[in-house]
Amino acid sequence: MIFRPEQVEQKGVIFNIQRYSVHDGPGIRTTVFMKGCPLRCSWCHNPEGLESRPEVVIYDGCIHCGRCELICPKCGMPLSAETNELKGIICCHCGACVPPCPTGSRRVIGREMTESDILQEIDKDRIFYEDSGGGVTFSGGEPLSQAEFVKAVLSRCRQEGIHTAVDTSGYGRQEDLLSLAEVTDLFLFDLKLMDDEKHKQYTGVSNRPILDNLSALAKVYRNIWLRVPIIPGITDDAENLDMISERVSELPSVQQVCLLPYHKTAAAKFKRMGLPYPLENIQQPNPETMESLRMQFVAKGLPVTIGG
Amino acid sequence: MNERTARLRKKSLEAVPRISCERARLITEFYSANEGLYPVPVMRAKSFHYLCEHKTIYIGEDELIVGQRGPAPKMVPTYPELTCHSLEDLRILNTRPKTRYLVDDECLRTYEASVIPYWSKRNMRSRIFSDMEPKWLDSYNAGIFTEFMEQRAPGHTVLDDKIYHKGMLGFKRDIDDTIERLDFLNDPNALAKRDQLKAMSISCDAVILFAQRHADMAEQLAAQTTDPNRRAELEKIAEVCTHVPANAPRNFHEALQYYWFCHLAVITELNGWDSFNPGHLDQHLLPFYDRGLAEGTLTKESARELVECFFIQFNNHPAPPKVGVTAAESGTFTDFANINIGGLLPDGSDAVNEISHILLDIVEDMHLLQPSTNIQLSRKNPDSFLKHALRVVRCGHGFPSIFNADAVVAEQLRQGKSLEDARAGGCSGCVEVGAFGKEAYILTGYFNLVKVLELTLHNGVDPMTGKQLGLQTGPAELFGSYEQLFEAIRRQLAYFLDIKIAGNRIIERHYAERMPAPFLSVIIDDCIAKGLDYNAGGARYNNTFIQFVGLGSITDCLSAIKDLVFDSRQVRMEDLVAAMDRDFVSDEPLRQRLLNRTHKYGNDDDNADELMIDVFNSCFEMVDGRPDTRGGQYRIEMLPTTCHIYFGQVTGAMPDGRKAHQPVSEGISPVQGADRRGPTAVVKSAAKMDHIKSGGTLLNIKFAPALVADDRGIDNWASLVRGYFKMDGHHVQFNVVTAETLRKAQANPQEHRDLIVRVAGYSDYFCDLSVELQNEIIARTEHAGF
Repeated sequence: MIFRPEQVEQKGVIFNIQRYSVHDGPGIRTTVFMKGCPLRCSWCHNPEGLESRPEVVIYDGCIHCGRCELICPKCGMPLSAETNELKGIICCHCGACVPPCPTGSRRVIGREMTESDILQEIDKDRIFYEDSGGGVTFSGGEPLSQAEFVKAVLSRCRQEGIHTAVDTSGYGRQEDLLSLAEVTDLFLFDLKLMDDEKHKQYTGVSNRPILDNLSALAKVYRNIWLRVPIIPGITDDAENLDMISERVSELPSVQQVCLLPYHKTAAAKFKRMGLPYPLENIQQPNPETMESLRMQFVAKGLPVTIGG
Repeated sequence: MNERTARLRKKSLEAVPRISCERARLITEFYSANEGLYPVPVMRAKSFHYLCEHKTIYIGEDELIVGQRGPAPKMVPTYPELTCHSLEDLRILNTRPKTRYLVDDECLRTYEASVIPYWSKRNMRSRIFSDMEPKWLDSYNAGIFTEFMEQRAPGHTVLDDKIYHKGMLGFKRDIDDTIERLDFLNDPNALAKRDQLKAMSISCDAVILFAQRHADMAEQLAAQTTDPNRRAELEKIAEVCTHVPANAPRNFHEALQYYWFCHLAVITELNGWDSFNPGHLDQHLLPFYDRGLAEGTLTKESARELVECFFIQFNNHPAPPKVGVTAAESGTFTDFANINIGGLLPDGSDAVNEISHILLDIVEDMHLLQPSTNIQLSRKNPDSFLKHALRVVRCGHGFPSIFNADAVVAEQLRQGKSLEDARAGGCSGCVEVGAFGKEAYILTGYFNLVKVLELTLHNGVDPMTGKQLGLQTGPAELFGSYEQLFEAIRRQLAYFLDIKIAGNRIIERHYAERMPAPFLSVIIDDCIAKGLDYNAGGARYNNTFIQFVGLGSITDCLSAIKDLVFDSRQVRMEDLVAAMDRDFVSDEPLRQRLLNRTHKYGNDDDNADELMIDVFNSCFEMVDGRPDTRGGQYRIEMLPTTCHIYFGQVTGAMPDGRKAHQPVSEGISPVQGADRRGPTAVVKSAAKMDHIKSGGTLLNIKFAPALVADDRGIDNWASLVRGYFKMDGHHVQFNVVTAETLRKAQANPQEHRDLIVRVAGYSDYFCDLSVELQNEIIARTEHAGF
């Protein structure tokens, strides 16, 4: 990997870099999670990626030693040691309380990183990308919301021969999307709800720009995996899935449809961020249900997988 | 499995390990009657012959491969000439909750009446302990190192392909040729060589006799049975046992039976470490398999049935009972016969064949504790082979383990072996490398790296006892820099290694002079040609190993000290040591900081990993290449078996935040739970030491089953292994099981009797493990899907 410290590098806000990531494209991948997302999906599984600014989050393991309470120059006592809950209104998210925390349960989620910082992390698992056909995936949050930075890193990965993927909601400026397409080997493009009203209700935004972007991308770009979250009672009705499969059959650029079963693991993340979990009463779809949904796509002659 | 092997398997699983005093009684009879009559090697050979002549012969229903070390399956003999168990030892074996061996009254009476009176002062264990210097004994008692040979003989060797070409009569001719060529005019050792060679020849006769007794019994049983099928099988067994091991095997069945007689002979003659092992079984069996299929005398099914019968015999042979520290360092019924699958042919080409896949199928299907199995994975082996093995590993029994065949060759070339011998070599025991059929690669004891650091931080005093055990390297608070501290650790390390090696040299000579292994010497090159015993340097290659334990733990300790005491100066050394001495009672914030806010090995973080490399290199520099007394050299290995539990028990709280008496890290694995960056980061960290300089390293990784549930999971898993091996990683093994399953098994052992997990270099029934070891396995990081 060539690093170019002399060049003035861009910076991005990242909330996680996950190695041995095996569900975001082919092979063994490193997934870079960009912070900040314009959508507010009820089933969001990365709530720490919603806000674009760094946030103080409290994980399990607090021993109530009180060191954090003594520190914050701005908000004084951001933590109630008894309930172990962040008082969101008071906390200024400055992060001053994090270094003194001995357990590491207080963390700042989201940090500014340069292109080289990220490339260095990506480079670490190169030996595994080569054998597995893996590479790097930019996810989030929403990579399009930091498109210029993502493009800069992806171009450099490309130069190094590392396979590049972008996992996007499709919600963003079309020129950004098409610009990223120049340096991306694979798009993981989410399609959630075809009904615009429902889309607004469950994601907070209209699906029009997403569908427009998908069409525009599909015209110039060959390698799209369409990802459909299967959220019981929200996205899994026949009408929605029929409309999605119809749309897919019009788009030869879609190489594969990935049905992503809803899972509840995000509930704990919402809790630790002091946020209410929007989907309390929804059950995870069982494997039989997933398989029957998969068969609906198969029946229409579409390549489809569960997960991925 | 077919119906026969399913029945045999069931019987084997249900049999309970019991002590048989037959061997002890026979060996005592022979020695009492013949003491002083023969030179030592001849005495050993004649006593072995006496055992083969008089021991109970057993042929069970359904069996096709025959022969037991004891009078019946899972009846375990004792070796009073090595370790003479006291009545108290026997009572403990009979009543202890884990790895229990039933001991009957007859056994106690025999021990009391004849075995103990004869052997209590003549056994090797007593001789060894009485010959050790006080500082050796102090170090041993403090748990700085263990000693393999205090209860079992040197072993650690594996057979090559020689028995498939030559019978015992052929070996006897070789022995006679060497005797004829002895030069009594010029060679001062000619007489010793003649005695040794005579002993080897007697031991060949003993094994032929042993087989013939099985042939005779099979004939008797055939005459008695009314079942014509079984009669035909018994007549076949009689024919096989008459032909082998006297002569080279002519077919698949004879090949397996021949090996099995050699196996029994080796583990009856002496109780060597790591029972014994056929090595590259798939390569050895292939010619017989091909010929049998071509001639129409064998089918894939009948071949598989024979191999399954063969596997069951391993399972019928639990390790001989261990007591005291030896039981703590290797607390298992497993006796470490570790069959190699795949790898390279001596010409360097891909050795994977049809039998390799049959063996993998058998491992998956039979789900036995023994034998252990591993795959030797070369870059030349196809991915289909690796993925087949991983699908077997996915079943969650920890079998097979996975070795880097190319690294195994490189490690042996570094030690000076020929290319062909290196390729014909492989791995045995847990992870140990050797040239099969040509090497004595003796393990001598585990070495507690964490304890050395503990002593260094206490100016050489063991805080457990207050005794001055080590050098006075100065009070911890006077170390002015990390470098000064590390230099003091190196001095302590060198000091204890000298104690260990000086002790080893005495023990090596004891075995060379008093406890030769004439039968083993027949089948390991070049003992016959040299006229020299296996235990005295007769093998073509001789290596002696010290196995270091706690690499991950000492690294994390050093990282914490370097960071908090010397670099950021957040904690004063005296405060840290005082907190350790209090076992961190009232120091929880400090302990949390040590646990969570310092660089840890296993995360591909150079800040920690470079300290690990320094420790590894120090071990290497201080050990590798030092001479042993067999004409070989000392080497290092990084493996623990179950010793990381014992070493933890004797070590106080440490600067990595570990509380007193808790387990230390095992093998080269990260401290349990300290690896938080996924499996690629673990193997990247582990690959930073130069594995080629070792004789084996052991890496354990725990996977959540969901991560490898589908083909894609298997593909990525295979790439993870390939990536590690590209970086010269030596070995990796996987537990595919959730912590939840393990906790359930711990709570309800009755419902999880068949749960087998990977421990460290071997698999074991989870419910048979000590609670400490169960908890340690649960605490290992479980890599889940992301």
